[in-house]
This record gives sequence, structure tokens and C-alpha cells, in this order.
Amino acid sequence: MTATTTAPMATAPVQSAGKPASRLRAWATRAPLLPALIFMIVVTQLPFVATLVISFFDWNSLYPDARSFAGLANYQQVLTDPDLRRSVWTTVLLTVTVVLASLVLGLGLALLLDRRFRGRGIVRTLLIAPFLVVPVAAALLWKHVLFNPEYGLFNGLLHYVGGPQPDWISDTPLLAVEASLIWQWTPFMMLILLAGLQSRDHQQIEAARVDGASDWQIFRHLTLPHLRRYLELGALLGSIYIVQNFDAVFTITSGGLGTANLPYTVYQTFYQAHENGLASAAGVLVVIGSIIIATFALRVVSSLFREEASRA
Amino acid sequence: MSTASAAPVRSRRIRGAGLGVAAWLIGLLFFLPIAWMALTSFHSEADAATNPPSWAAALTLDGYREFFGVGGGASPWPALINSTVASLASTLCVLLLALPAAYALSIRPVKKWTDVLFFFLSTKMLPVVAGLLPIYLFAKNTDFLDNIWLLVILYTSMNLPIAVWMMQSFLAEVPVAIIEAAHLDGARLPTILARVVAPIAAPGIAATALICFIFSWNELLFARVLTGVVAETAPVFLTGFITSQGLFLAKVCAASLVISLPVLAAGFAAQDKLVQGLSLGAVK
Repeated sequence: MTATTTAPMATAPVQSAGKPASRLRAWATRAPLLPALIFMIVVTQLPFVATLVISFFDWNSLYPDARSFAGLANYQQVLTDPDLRRSVWTTVLLTVTVVLASLVLGLGLALLLDRRFRGRGIVRTLLIAPFLVVPVAAALLWKHVLFNPEYGLFNGLLHYVGGPQPDWISDTPLLAVEASLIWQWTPFMMLILLAGLQSRDHQQIEAARVDGASDWQIFRHLTLPHLRRYLELGALLGSIYIVQNFDAVFTITSGGLGTANLPYTVYQTFYQAHENGLASAAGVLVVIGSIIIATFALRVVSSLFREEASRA
Repeated sequence: MSTASAAPVRSRRIRGAGLGVAAWLIGLLFFLPIAWMALTSFHSEADAATNPPSWAAALTLDGYREFFGVGGGASPWPALINSTVASLASTLCVLLLALPAAYALSIRPVKKWTDVLFFFLSTKMLPVVAGLLPIYLFAKNTDFLDNIWLLVILYTSMNLPIAVWMMQSFLAEVPVAIIEAAHLDGARLPTILARVVAPIAAPGIAATALICFIFSWNELLFARVLTGVVAETAPVFLTGFITSQGLFLAKVCAASLVISLPVLAAGFAAQDKLVQGLSLGAVK
């Protein structure tokens, strides 16, 4: 991928590959890296190449003999199939909603936790906990224990105030999935933004306050610009994880009621419908989408990384 | 302090206290589902399924007995053992591969070390579904399906980029001057690694291990597709609760809590380094 920085720490010039001794030394420097590098290429890059190849074939694993080259037919089918197109839209909607909502909530919580108050450590621990529940368990918790229309906690609490007793998952399926994910991902955003808040220049803020700046002015003109990079990082990392979400969709709605996102659809296309070619084409499209997000993500990470490196 | 500034200070203090209370309330609200899950797991099935909720019902261990298969039903132990093996073995593999790699990316960096670092990161952005089918076909044709060691390999690849990034940032914190001084004193590389680098980087290595353990323990998609009866992991075992089975809330809560406990423990242990791991070392 594209990394524009050059090695500031590399002192040993390994350029002169002519002499056997220095070439040997260059390989000695590289040697510790090779196992990890080769392992990653074999386990992650080769399967993707295979997926790319399979995506050009008409191949249903129930009829292995009828396998034939199909050109771009799978892609055409994926892009015109209403179910698959819907799952593309669902993926976008799910990702954007969850990332934005947890980012805003996470920002609010990070601002609250950035102040000193009694029991701050305990509150921080309470807030991290949702992120540390196994995703399937969290989805089960929301599906059965909170959302259940008859005896779930939500309707139980609504009962006290005489409110309605909605069937959360059937009435608002996508929102139900999103709510559980927002609950799990808000702590993640909070942690990143809290780290951002704590790396602010406190002298600068004190100076602004002495000069008579209001809290809002300080937030708007000092804190927010400083947090921008952390907000971007949270949004992009969150997007990478949530675009790929499978657990919540699989558990809460089993992809039904219009909540099937791309990972779930790909899973279903080959695992249940055995359409290998079609599933691969959809998989390649997920990758293209991810690359678009990843390009931005890598840029943000690399700029933060350079900042850290220059500070050190 | 003059009397003129006393009033704004007091109002600021009251507002500060109010915001503290707000933080507490929101913290408790976020924790409520987990607290309710824990409480429900100790209720009888009849008390767990009431509307309005029974907060003060009698406590019992029936949910846990049911979950552990005391009253018949599938025992979760094979799945828990599989998850433990897959998580621990893959974390060990990750450390063995990532430590030397991080060394070659920080202490004695190779040429273009940032490019290598970003290559590792870019693999993390390749969605799991992109390679799932070929891996499934490969496993099916080589009799690796339903084999826990296949998951170990895949979880290693899933966590290796995170570990390389984290470890690189921890090793980069080791001052080069100390290493050079040790070198001048005649210490050889293994000694330097064991005596100088390891003590400084140890807390970071431990945090990396805990985070890799969490991600492996949580993983569902690979495990769901590639395992069956023999190598089923804990999250796959949990998917057995997706469809309702009558009154089973206490059992679901007990199962969810027991299976989440290792992650909660590891997460709280790694709390301080959690951000760094989750942001792939970009945030310290």
C-alpha cells in the first residue's frame, strides 16, 4: 500500500548490494521479518486471488461438473440482483448509522470522562464493559433478554410507565441490529476520543481561558480541530469492523426482514445456496468497497504515525 | 480569593458536580444490560420471563446447571476447550511471528520499514468474506474441515497485523542508546534481547497477547463456516441459542456471561493498552 514516509531510523546503508558481505548483512536484517511476511501473504493474499479467479466462473458446488468460465456474468448478476443490491444498501446504512451514532455518543462520553470527578475510574470501567462482551453473546442478550416483546427488559420498563409494548425486532429490524451495535461500539469510540482529549495542549487551553474564551469557544476552536484526526481514525476503524459485521446480523435477525448485509449475503450465497462464482463476485465487490475506505484509513493512520514519530 | 470571583467558581463547581452525576448515570445505563444479564442468569426460568421484571426474585444456580448440561443437553465443555486451544495457540503463534518482525521494523529496521508496516495493516482491511470460500474449499479438499488447527492458522493471520503494529510501537520505545551501550559492553544479541529489550517491552507484549486472545475468542464467521461437531468454538455453541426454546432466558444469560468472562477479564487487564491495540498502535 502507499506509505509516503521514508525510514528516519534506518542508519545502516544496505544500498551497496555489490559486496557479498553487505548483502549478507542486509539479509540478516530482513530475516526476522520474513516468517511473518510470508505467512501473511500465503494466508491472506492467496485466498483472495483464488476468490478473484472463482468470481469469473459459473460454479455451483452442487453441480461441480457444470463449472464453466462465465466472464463478467457473475458481476452483472450481482449488480442487477435486487436482493444483493438491497444488501449493498443495507451495508451502507448499517455502517453509517452505527459509526456516526457511536461516534457522537462516544464524543459526549469522552468529554464527560475527561473531567475529574469522584469514581471516574469506575465509570470508565462500566462504560468499557459492553465492548468486552463476546459479540454473539451481546447479540443474544439484545435479542432475547432486552427486545423480547413479552418479557424483555425494554417492554418491562415501558410497562412501569404504561407505555406501548412494541415487538422491537419485527417492527424495526434494522434499528434493532443497529442499537445493539451502537451499544458495543460507543465504548470503542470513547476510548479513542478520550486518548485524543488527553493529548491536548493544556497550557494552550489555560491561556485561552485566561484570555476570556468560553467553554464552547474552547471546544469549537481548540478541542474539535485537535480531535479531528481522532474522529477520523475512530470513524474509519469503526467502518472497517462494522462493514464486515456478521455476528449481530446473523444472531438477531438471521439476515431476515431486510437486514442482510453483504458479509451475510456472501456467507449465505455459498454456504446455503452453494453459488461459488456468485459469492466470489460479491466478495470481490466487498473488497473494492473496503479498499476505498481503507485508502482513507491508511492515510489517517499514516499521518498520526508520522506525528508520533516526529514527536519521539 | 476575592469575593468577586467566588460566585463563578461556585457555579462552575456545581456544574462540575452535575456533569459528574451525568457521567455516573450514563455509565450505569450502559452497564444496565450486563447487570440485568447477570441478575437474570441467577433467576429461575419462570422468574426470568415476567413482565414487569422480577428484580428481587429468589436466586438460584439452575441457569448455570442447565448451561453446563447437568440436566441433559449438550455440554459446553468441548466448545470452551476448543476456544481456549484456538485462542491460546494462535496468540502464541502470533507472538512468535510478530516479535522478530517488530524487531526488524523498529530496533534494527530494514529498508522501507514503513512500507512493510503498512502492508501488514492493509491485510487487516481485507474483509474476511473475501477469502472465506477458497479457504473453505481448500479445507474441504484436504480434510482440514472441522479441525481446530485450521482456526489457529486463520486466527494467527487475523491478529498478526495488529500484533506487529502494537509490538513495533512498544519496541520503538526502547532507547537505542541503551542497546548500543549494552553492545559496547560486549553483550551479544540474545543477551540484549533478554536483558535489555524484554524488560522494557514486557507490559506491551502482555497487552498485545491479551488483545489477540480477545479477538480470537470472539471470532464467529470462520468458526461457523469451518467447524462442525468436533472443533466447534464457544461463539458457535452460542449460536445454538438463536432460535427461542421456550423459557430459556436464565440459561442464555448464564451461557453468555460464562463465555464472555475470559474476554471481560482479559479486557480489564489490558485496559490501559486497549486503545493502542484497537487503533493498531496509532493512538497511545
